[in-house]
Amino acid sequence: MSIKKVGPSEPGPEPGPVADSGPASKAESGPASKAEPGPTAGTGSLVDVRDVSVVFRKRRTLAAARQVRAVNDVTFHIAEGETFGLVGESGSGKSTTGRALLKLVPTVSGSIKVAGHDVTALHGGALRRARRSMQMVFQDPYSSLDPSATVAASIAEPLIVHERLSARAARTRVHELIEMVGLRASYADRYPYEFSGGQRQRLAIARAIALNPRFVVCDEAVSALDVSTQNQVINLLERLRSEFKLTYLFIAHDLAIVRHISHRVGVMYLGRIVETGPAERVYSAPAHPYTQALLSAIPDPRRESERIVLEGDLPDPAKPPVGCPFQTRCRFVMDVCRQQVPEHTAVEGGGEVACHLQTSGPTLAGSPLNDLAPTRVAAAP
Amino acid sequence: MTVTSAKKDGDTLLQIEDLHVDFLTDRGWTNVVAGVSFDVGPGEIVGLVGESGSGKSVTSLSVLRLLPDAYARTPSGRVLYQGRDLIGMPARALRDIRGNEISMIFQEPMTSLNPAFTIGDQIAEVYRRHKGGSRRAAFARAAEMLDLVGIPDAGSRVKDYPHEFSGGMRQRAMIAMALACEPKLLIADEPATALDVTVQAQIVALLSRLRDETGCGILFITHDLGLVVELADRVVVMYAGEVVETAAALDLYNAPKHPYTAGLLSAMPHLGVRGKELPTIPGRTPEPWRMPEGCRFSPRCGYTSDECVAAPPALRIVEAGRSARCCRTEQLRLVGSP
Repeated sequence: MSIKKVGPSEPGPEPGPVADSGPASKAESGPASKAEPGPTAGTGSLVDVRDVSVVFRKRRTLAAARQVRAVNDVTFHIAEGETFGLVGESGSGKSTTGRALLKLVPTVSGSIKVAGHDVTALHGGALRRARRSMQMVFQDPYSSLDPSATVAASIAEPLIVHERLSARAARTRVHELIEMVGLRASYADRYPYEFSGGQRQRLAIARAIALNPRFVVCDEAVSALDVSTQNQVINLLERLRSEFKLTYLFIAHDLAIVRHISHRVGVMYLGRIVETGPAERVYSAPAHPYTQALLSAIPDPRRESERIVLEGDLPDPAKPPVGCPFQTRCRFVMDVCRQQVPEHTAVEGGGEVACHLQTSGPTLAGSPLNDLAPTRVAAAP
Repeated sequence: MTVTSAKKDGDTLLQIEDLHVDFLTDRGWTNVVAGVSFDVGPGEIVGLVGESGSGKSVTSLSVLRLLPDAYARTPSGRVLYQGRDLIGMPARALRDIRGNEISMIFQEPMTSLNPAFTIGDQIAEVYRRHKGGSRRAAFARAAEMLDLVGIPDAGSRVKDYPHEFSGGMRQRAMIAMALACEPKLLIADEPATALDVTVQAQIVALLSRLRDETGCGILFITHDLGLVVELADRVVVMYAGEVVETAAALDLYNAPKHPYTAGLLSAMPHLGVRGKELPTIPGRTPEPWRMPEGCRFSPRCGYTSDECVAAPPALRIVEAGRSARCCRTEQLRLVGSP
C-alpha cells in the first residue's frame, strides 16, 4: 500500500538503487564533501574514509614529547568487491592508515566507515563484533602465527571466540579453510616452523578469511616472499576475492605488484595521499611528480626514457615542511609549494592529485607531467 | 652497456672454481653449495641471482671466509683472487685482503655499523688498519669518501653517529667504508633490498658510477632479477646450490636458456598485466638434505623428461659466452621477459 502511495508522486529512479546500497547512500545524500571521491563512490562503497588523521606522540627523555602526524587528512573510499592499492615508501603512513581502518591505532579526527560500521565510534563488544567482518594479513608470516600452537589451533581461534563453534565443528571448518588456500588438510596439526614462507602466508590468509569477512587489509602481504611464491599468493588472493566477494585494501611498496592486483590506487607521501585514481591511469599518466619518480624507480632493463632518481630522503615526519610535503625532493618545485598545501583536484582519466602544478603551474594546465621539463637539475647520484 | 666475458687468463680478478660448502645441521654435514664456478673481471659488474635457499649468499660469504668454521666447511674448490687461493690462505694474510683489496657491503646497514662510534671513526679505522697514516689524515679520508658517495655536507656529517643517518645514508656510509682503501673488488650482498624503491635507485646509480670512476669489479648479490639486469654486465643464476645459467645481462633477460631463469623472468611483476593470473613456478626450493635425483629443478620444471631425472646435467656452454645447466635447452623454446 505505502509503496503505491510513494510511487506515483516520485517517479524518479531514486528509490530503487538507494535502498540496497546501505551505508554509502547515507554518505552520498549528506552534504557534499569538498573531496568528493570518484565516480564509483555512490554505487556502494564498502569502505569510506574521510579526513582521517593519526597522531603518534613520541616521548623523549629530557625533552618535551613531540608529535608525529603519521596520517594527515586522508580521504578515500573502496567500492564493494574492489581492490584499492595503497603505495608509498616507509614512513609514508600507508600501514598506519590500514591499521586505523580496523581501529588498531586510534584516530584523532575524521570518520571511517567499513561495511556499515562507524569504526571510529565503536568500542568494546560492538568493536569486537564488527571486527568479524574486517580482517588483516600482515607482512611477516613468521611472526603472525603463534610458534607454539599448531596451525589448526591458530586458525580455529577466531572461530571459537566469535562463532562459539564446538571443537569438532571448528576442526572441520579449519580443514576446509586449509584446503581453500591450497594446502593439504593433513597439515593442520603441524607447527608454523614446518612450513615455508609462502605456505605460512597461505595459513595466515586462511585465518583471516575464517569468519567470512567482507573487508581484508593486506599489509605488505607478499613483500617477504620470493618472486615465484609471491605470485602464487597473489593468485590465491585474487581467487578468494572473486569467490567470496571480498574487498581489499592492498598495502605495498612494490608498485608493479600493486598495479597487478588493484583496480584503483592511492599514493602516499609523508602521511598524505598525493594521488589517487584508476590503476591504469595512475601508471600510464602519473599526475604527481612523486608518483612519476616512484614509477621510474622500478627496475626496467629496456627503459627508454631517463630514469628519475630522487635526491635526498623523506623529511623527518615530526618536522614536515610547510606547504607541499614533497617540495624538498620535487624536480618542479615552485614558490607556492613552500607556502600552501595543494588541494586535491580532479585528473583527466579519473582520480585526484594534490599538486600545485595542476592549479598554478605555469606550463602544465592539464598537459601530461611526462612532457614537463624540470625546474631543478638533478645532481650526480 | 659493455659486455666483457673476462675469460682471458690474467684478466680475471676473482675466480671461483668448483666451490663446495657444507653446513653442520641436525642431520650432520649437509651440502648447500655444490660446485659453483664463475669469475669476475676487473671493472666488471657480475650479478649473482637466486631465491632464498639458492646458496647465493653462502657463496659470497665464502669468498672472504666469513662463515663460522664450527658450522661451515669448504671440502673442495678454490677461490682465486688475482691467482691467490683465499680458501687455503693463512688467516693473517686474509685479514690484509679483507676490507682492503676486497670489501663487502651487506643488506642491513644498521647492524653492520657500530652504534657507539661516529661514522667518521668507523671509516677511518678501516683506512688506518690497512694504509696507516695519522688519525687526522684518516678522518679527512673518511670525509672525502662520504662526499664521494653523495652525502651532503660530508665534512660535518662525518662526526655523526649511525642513528643520525637515514637508511639510505647508512648504506652510502657502508659503501664509503668499503671503498676507503680503493678495493679492486666489491662484494655487495643485497645492498638495496631493505631500502625504499627511490633510495634503491640512488644506491644502484651510485654503484654504477663508482665502478666507472674507480674501476673496481663488483659482485652484486640479489634476488631481484630486474634490478640485476639493469645494473650488471653479466648475470649468474643460482638454484638449489648450483649455478644453472650464466650470460650477458640483456641476453639472459631477452632469451633465457634455462627453464628456471625463464620461470623467474615470467614471474617478475610486470606492469600492465592486470586481471590475468600471474605465472608461477610450482612447488618450492628443495631442502638441502632432500635434493631431487638428476636435475635439481626437474620436479618444478614444465619440460622434464626421462633424461632430466636419469643423471644430473652439467653446466655447459650453450652459446659463445653463455652456459646453462639443462640437457634439453636446445629443444626448448624459452621466452624472455615480455
